[in-house]
Formats: sequence, structure tokens, C-alpha cells
Amino acid sequence: MAILTFENVGLAYGGVSVAHDVSFRVNAGEFWGIIGENGSGKTTLMKALLGLIPCASGRIVMGEGLKPNEIGYLPQQSAIQKDFPASVEEVVLSGTIGYRGWKPFYGRRERAIADGNMEKLGLLPLKKDSFQELSGGQQQRVLLARALCATKKCLVLDEPTTGLDPVVTAEFYRMVREINKNGMTVIMVSHDVEEAVKCCSHILHLSCHPLFIGTTAEYKNSPVGRKYLQENAL
Amino acid sequence: MTDVISIFQNIPGIAIRAIVVGSLVSLCASLLGVTLVLKRYSMIGDGLSHVGFGALAIASVLQIGNASMAISLPIVMAAAFILMVLNEKRRMQGDAAIAVLSTGAIAIGTLLYRLSDGQYSQDVCNSLFGTSSINLLLESDMWIAIGVSVVVLTAFILFYTRIFSVTFDQTFAKATGVHVGVYSMMLAGLTAVTVVIGMKMIGAIMISGLIIFPALSAMRVTKRFKSVMITSAVLSLVCFAFGFFLSLVIGAQPGPAIIAVHVACFLICSLIGWLKTRKRARMSRSIIVEPECVDKMK
Ligand SMILES: Nc1ncnc2c1ncn2[C@@H]1O[C@H](COP(=O)(O)OP(=O)(O)O)[C@@H](O)[C@H]1O
Ligand SMILES: [Mg+2]
Repeated sequence: MAILTFENVGLAYGGVSVAHDVSFRVNAGEFWGIIGENGSGKTTLMKALLGLIPCASGRIVMGEGLKPNEIGYLPQQSAIQKDFPASVEEVVLSGTIGYRGWKPFYGRRERAIADGNMEKLGLLPLKKDSFQELSGGQQQRVLLARALCATKKCLVLDEPTTGLDPVVTAEFYRMVREINKNGMTVIMVSHDVEEAVKCCSHILHLSCHPLFIGTTAEYKNSPVGRKYLQENAL
Repeated sequence: MTDVISIFQNIPGIAIRAIVVGSLVSLCASLLGVTLVLKRYSMIGDGLSHVGFGALAIASVLQIGNASMAISLPIVMAAAFILMVLNEKRRMQGDAAIAVLSTGAIAIGTLLYRLSDGQYSQDVCNSLFGTSSINLLLESDMWIAIGVSVVVLTAFILFYTRIFSVTFDQTFAKATGVHVGVYSMMLAGLTAVTVVIGMKMIGAIMISGLIIFPALSAMRVTKRFKSVMITSAVLSLVCFAFGFFLSLVIGAQPGPAIIAVHVACFLICSLIGWLKTRKRARMSRSIIVEPECVDKMK
């Protein structure tokens, strides 16, 4: 049974169509890369998946008991103020809000989940540090830990490595692959085709409508994939 | 010196009332201020206070000075919701709309005071900068202030973690199922109430300083959300105490005196913050190989 099924999804802003006829199925444990030019509707598709905007047509069906507010989300960078006064711990803990109910403060269970995720990503030594004083790579790791706190099943990452240097980027991808190997379904938006092809098990190439949907191996041999990979290599 | 002592000896029930109202308003304003400043809503606080001035003018024309809250509360409340909606819709034009609303309210308010048959300049001055004679604070004002601060404090305690999440990252908060719009409106509503109550004593113009200064000062000296909240609240109470005392000593209106103390406090906090960053910069320079770099080299 698929964890996510996109059925003829169409997306629009104020009547202007952004993407149409997006249909694909994501099975649990897969690692999908959503690639495409800037403005091709990748972020919008992820927002529809998270229930932040409605689908203009079609629908997104969730399986295996997944609920819309149980998807871990790492938003595209511009969304977050980099000078916000918050400690690493405060940011990571805020990921647990979705399933905490109406308790006013974080309980032992939430703290344990946050600690576990911080440990996984090597953030425990930075727990009490100020978020705004971390390097870009460390900040992304904190936001990844927050996303992990929000989910047990499915992670959505929107261009997570924009602005990071190659060493930090490689380290970040390594962590995400590790998380995926432990059973997490991952959907990653990326403009970095080379990396996406290396990490992901499946590719969706979007350009207002899907140009390619399938496994990474098939993508490499498809006309679209070969053309795009070649262009990027140049 | 004898002056100072006699001030304390002669503190009557009315002054106690002023101290209670002032402290509670300061406390509420400082808590709301942290989220307003961080969400880039500082202008909303300012806009609301100007609308409050206009509302006081209307109350004065209608000659219901004592029941002015019955007029100003609904007007400022409505303005708060309008400003919030405008701000959510489109950023730039929302900014312009706030400026239009605040200057418009001041202009119309000033003209209205001309129409009312009180002392024109005294009335304008009082509602902008607060009443110099604290005798005008009614006992009912005190009870309303107490009620409102209980509501504000309860809201901040109950919703603390959600307020953090919405302030830090609205998109993520929404994705985890937090009703972002409800919290924005709650914030606007609580700010409106605080502005209306603080206006009488601190003055319509000065009240926005009470919202913005403690948060800014706190953010200079501390970099965690919880400590910013606590520091902001403490600074606000301390500055109120000093400012109120100052106003008694020099016989000035409390509003400007309190804000002047806030300005001084902000400068001191900025200096402390600057010294802290410099110290840290020097320390990190003296550590030649950071553990993180070792990790990367592996
Ligand atoms: N809030 C918005 N309102 C109107 N149009 C938008 C909005 N956000 C994005 N768009 C438009 O939708 C299209 C797709 O945007 P987006 O999904 O962000 O692309 P991508 O993430 O692939 O770069 C773009 O043409 C963009 O201009
Ligand atoms: Mg995007």
C-alpha cells in the first residue's frame, strides 16, 4: 500500500495554474527526488502535500495511517529568520507540537524525542547554543532535527542544501541517506540533479507537469534525464 | 532629599492604583512586544496607539471622558484586526496602510479635540503623553487592568510553545497543525486591549514604546526565546518603577519619564551586548582548532 498517492493533482495561485496532471505513488521507505527548473512548481507541490494550500484539482491520498500534520518539513530557506533569538533545543522541541495535544509545556516524552534526534544529528553539544550564532550548515541540521521530531514516517525537504559549502552539503546528504535507510520515507526537492541522482531511489522531474516519473536508474537512461544531466555537467 | 522622602510618605491610594496599573500594563506590553517585534509587527503596535488617540478624541467630543474605554476598546480592537489582515495579505501595501491609518487617526483626533469644548492643547497633550495628574485613574481602571493582565499572562503560559512556533516559523507551525491565523488574531486582540488600558496613564504615543523597547533591549543581552521573554518582562517592570519615581521627583508626566528610562536601558543593554560579542570573538580566535574543524578534516 502506498504511503502517498498523488491523483491528477493540479495546483494554482489565484486561478493561475502552476502545475497540472501530477500523478505518482510513493511507497514507504522510498527516497524521492523532485527536480526541475526554478518556478516549475516544486515548492508549491510540497505545500499542497503538507496541506498548506489546497489542490486546485485532483487529490493527495495518504496511506499507512499517515496524517497531513505528521509529515516532517524542512522549508525552503527564505521562510526562517536567521537572527531569531532561540536556543537549538527550543527550535528542535518546537517540532513536537503536532502530536502533543493541549499540554502547555513540553513533557518528558517530547524532550526525549528531541534529545534522540539531536543525538542522531550530532547536535547534543550545541543543545544550549543560540540558533542565530550557528553556521549555515549547523542551522540546517537543527531544522532537520526539528522536522524529524514532527514525524515518524515521512520527511519533506525543500532545497535543504542551498547556500551550504560542498563539504557540509555532502555531510548533510549522508545524514539524510542514513535516516532513509532506517525506514523513513523521504521526499527531497532539489535543483542539484547530480546529487539527487546519487541519493534518491526515485525521481520526479517537474516542469509544470511531470516530464519524468520513475526510478533513478530509469531516469539516467531516459531522454529527459540524459539531456538534463548532460546540460548540468557542462 | 526631604522632597524624595515626602513623596514616599505622601503616597496615597491613588498612587498605589497608578503603580498597579502601570506595572501590569508594562508586563503585558513587554510579553506581547517580544512576539510583535520578532514577527515584524512593531508597526501594528504603533498604529494601534495612534488609533487609540483618535478614539479618545471621539470620547471627548461625546463628553464621556470617564467611560472613554467603552468607545476606545471596540475601535482599537477593530483596527487591530484590520491591520492584522492587511499585514497578512500583502506585505508592502500593508505597511503603507498602517501608516495611512496612524497618521489619519492622529489628524482626525486632533481636529476632533478642537470641536470638543475642553482645553484643547491640554487634552491633546494628555492623550498623547499620558495624564500628568494620576488622580484621573479610576478604581475601575485598576480592576480592568488586573483582569486584562490575568488574561494576557494566562494566554502566554497556556500557549507559550505554540506562540514560539508561530513566531519562529509560521509555515512549519502550520504544517504541524497549529492554527496560525487564530494566534495572529489573539495577538492583535491582546495588544489592542493592552494599548487601550495603558493609553490613559502612559499616553497613546508612548504606549508603543512600552511594547517595543523591552523586547529590543532583552534581545541585545540574551539569545534564547525563553530568556528574552523573562528579561523583557523584568526590564519592563524595573524601567516602569524607575520612570514612575522619576516622574514624581521632577513632576513630569509618567509616560515620557518611563520611556526615557527605557531609552537609557536600551543603550545600556546594547553596550552589554556589544561587549559580549567582542569577548566571544576574542575567545574563538584564541582557540586555534575547533572540534568541528577536526570533524571536517577526518
Ligand atoms: N504565494 C504565491 N502567490 C502567487 N504565485 C506564486 C506564489 N508562490 C509561488 N508562485 C508562483 O508559482 C510558481 C511555482 O513556484 P514554486 O513552487 O515556488 O517553484 P519552485 O519551488 O519549483 O522554484 C512560480 O511561477 C511562482 O512565481
Ligand atoms: Mg522552491
